[in-house]
Amino acid sequence: MVSGAATAAPAVPIRPRPTLGRRLAGPQNRNLWFWLFVGPFVLGMLIFVFIPIVWSVYLSFFDARNTVTPTDFVGLANYRQMLTDPAFLSSLGTFIVFAIFIVPTTYAISLALALAVNRVRWFKSFLRSVYFLPTACSYVVASLIWKLSIFNGVRFGLANTVLRLFGMDPVAWLSVTHPPWYWLVIVTLRLWLQVGFYMILFLAALQRIPLILYEAAAVDGAKAGWQTFRFITFPQLRAASVAIVVLLLINAFQAFDEFYNLLGGPAGYPPYARPPLVYLYYIALGRGQDFGLGSAGAVILAVLIAIITVVLGRILGLGRRDADA
Amino acid sequence: MERTSMISSESTPPEPVSRQMNRRRFFTVSSAAAATAFLAACGSNTGRNESSAAATTAGAASSDATTAGSSAATSSAASSAASSAAESTAASSAGPKVTLAQWYHQYGEKGTQQAVEKYAAAYPNATVKVQWIPGDYDSKVASSLLTSGGPDVFEAGNGPSIDAIQGGQVVALDGILGDAASDFPESLINRMSYDGKLYAVPQVIDMQLMVYRKSMLADAGVTPPTTFDELVAAAAKLTTADVKGLFVGNDGGVGVLPGPVLWSVGADYLTPDNKVGFADPIVATAMGKLHDLFTSGNLLLGAPTDWSDPSAISQGLCAMQWTGLWTFPQLQTDLGDDFGVIPWPKYAADGKGGPSVPIGAYGSAVSAKSANPDAAKSFVQWLWVDNTEAQLDFAQSYGFHVPARASVAAKADKLKSGAAADAVKILQDNGHAQTPLLWTPASSTAMSDAVSRIIKDGADPAKEMAAVVAKTESELKRVLK
Repeated sequence: MVSGAATAAPAVPIRPRPTLGRRLAGPQNRNLWFWLFVGPFVLGMLIFVFIPIVWSVYLSFFDARNTVTPTDFVGLANYRQMLTDPAFLSSLGTFIVFAIFIVPTTYAISLALALAVNRVRWFKSFLRSVYFLPTACSYVVASLIWKLSIFNGVRFGLANTVLRLFGMDPVAWLSVTHPPWYWLVIVTLRLWLQVGFYMILFLAALQRIPLILYEAAAVDGAKAGWQTFRFITFPQLRAASVAIVVLLLINAFQAFDEFYNLLGGPAGYPPYARPPLVYLYYIALGRGQDFGLGSAGAVILAVLIAIITVVLGRILGLGRRDADA
Repeated sequence: MERTSMISSESTPPEPVSRQMNRRRFFTVSSAAAATAFLAACGSNTGRNESSAAATTAGAASSDATTAGSSAATSSAASSAASSAAESTAASSAGPKVTLAQWYHQYGEKGTQQAVEKYAAAYPNATVKVQWIPGDYDSKVASSLLTSGGPDVFEAGNGPSIDAIQGGQVVALDGILGDAASDFPESLINRMSYDGKLYAVPQVIDMQLMVYRKSMLADAGVTPPTTFDELVAAAAKLTTADVKGLFVGNDGGVGVLPGPVLWSVGADYLTPDNKVGFADPIVATAMGKLHDLFTSGNLLLGAPTDWSDPSAISQGLCAMQWTGLWTFPQLQTDLGDDFGVIPWPKYAADGKGGPSVPIGAYGSAVSAKSANPDAAKSFVQWLWVDNTEAQLDFAQSYGFHVPARASVAAKADKLKSGAAADAVKILQDNGHAQTPLLWTPASSTAMSDAVSRIIKDGADPAKEMAAVVAKTESELKRVLK
């Protein structure tokens, strides 16, 4: 349609050739409007995303302590140091442990919730809102609630009060490492915050499954319940599932807020449960102020996350339509 | 497409077009203005008057108000911040009076913020805007020193870091002490100097120490411990179903105990000639003992507030707590006379170490990116060298601190009686500089990682400490250029 309008224009022979400004503005100033609406966001992206990324790559080749305009070129030394740093490598291990915990549990719980909410007849939108509500809570606020009132180590903390009812001793949830109770705190917090959001995604996908499939299956003698779920619902959710798993993985990779607020303190961060972003934060932006080393770590992380996403997308078929699957 | 042809310039008469364009132009202009305002609001508020442009000032003033409102400050503080922004705009266009931004970390004691704002407002030669920074103060200062949007004057724990000094981020304050130079403790001045130049003026001296509930110790038949073993035994005896014997921070002492443990065996972070000071195997042994304490069940862990806040001991969660002199006014309110003070005990009765407390001082420094470094220096001199009245008020009216100047400390009457007097005595007898200047953040992280693994995981202390020695040596090599 656009091309049709464009070819129609020269058909008016007497029209003088429009000025350069008019041509740049496009028909009905469309180009102008395009840039007016898109421009601020492009500008924002440029200033707050692209320039920092490029700058970070630049910094990673310099000895940039306490400066972002370094002069001391060090080549790949920062990368070498980062890749041989046991603390950085163990932070990658922390991410893997965290992802192994959080991705399957969030997936299973949000799917179960979506199935349940989808089936109820009454209060459907009420339940949907109730489960979705925690998503609106900030990670920082939730961390403080978890740390100070639910999982504090003294006898009157919520979790310890429950333990006391059963005659058990109070546990210092975030202070001890044997057994690593802090994972319980971290994982429950993230589950509470994000399960509702993924439940909504699953609900949307569930509602897109054509009813006719269930009717046909019923006619063919499929039993309601597990059989229908196994052979109709679950395969039909494939596209949504893949997107959700990739999103969950990327979110796990970017974990920062709850770790920092639950375990970090004025004395710094303990050497356990330290995900990559928290470690890099302390190197570059915390007291370390070593922007070269921090940037090298960030570039390594970016490359890793890109590789994981691409490989995962290939294996699981990210973005493929349900019909093709 | 149909809609487009309706308003295309070929088919419509000129007048409606121009009206259309006017409406559009109005929209364009207003949205551009909105975008500008948005960008202006994005600029971080540094407390400094950076531009006389009305939009920017308004943005800064309104974000001032937001900051004040979100912290516990009253609404009058918010409105005064906004009006002071307006006033200073007028002042900068009328006269030569410069505006300085001064940063403090968030002191926990009530009234401290209002006090420093009062001192700043009394300064005649410049408009000083105080920024009260909650959260991770050190990191925020470090990041802000990279840009011109940071503070002119800021306080730094034990003065600016060696990397900030070597990186030229702070200005040397030569001659700022004047005749008062001999009135400041030499050790503090040395701690804040590098290559013979002073980089910060000590504000007040802070000390950490152990406080204990006299009544609880008496009930349990425990005398204040003088060795580490006695401390462990006391913690065990004082622990009941509801009260833990000892509180050294929610991390089990990782944050506060490395120094006291080093001094308790006669070691230190660095030797006076800047070599590693903790290679002695006794250090590893002493650190290893902390793991036993951690797993004994007699330590308070996971308290709602950390060691620097007096709540744990004043609410009866523990019988002994490692904390700081600054908590004394609150402790006196909550416990009356029912608390005593001791230093961290020496490791063994016959060892070469001794009892110890870490002492440190926030020092007032001037950013090299300041637009008015000389004005900033003059302000530091006015407040922390010459204005002894403000120094005395700051030291004893809110949290307790010891004034840096000896002549002012002599006038601090509230530090002359009770537990505070005992604390000052401990400071004089057992005080150690918290950390040396060349103890870099990387060394510090290596130490606390190792100590955390020793205390919590029961890792092999000898192996862990050897790794810290190696890291510290490489850091020393880096900064001793």
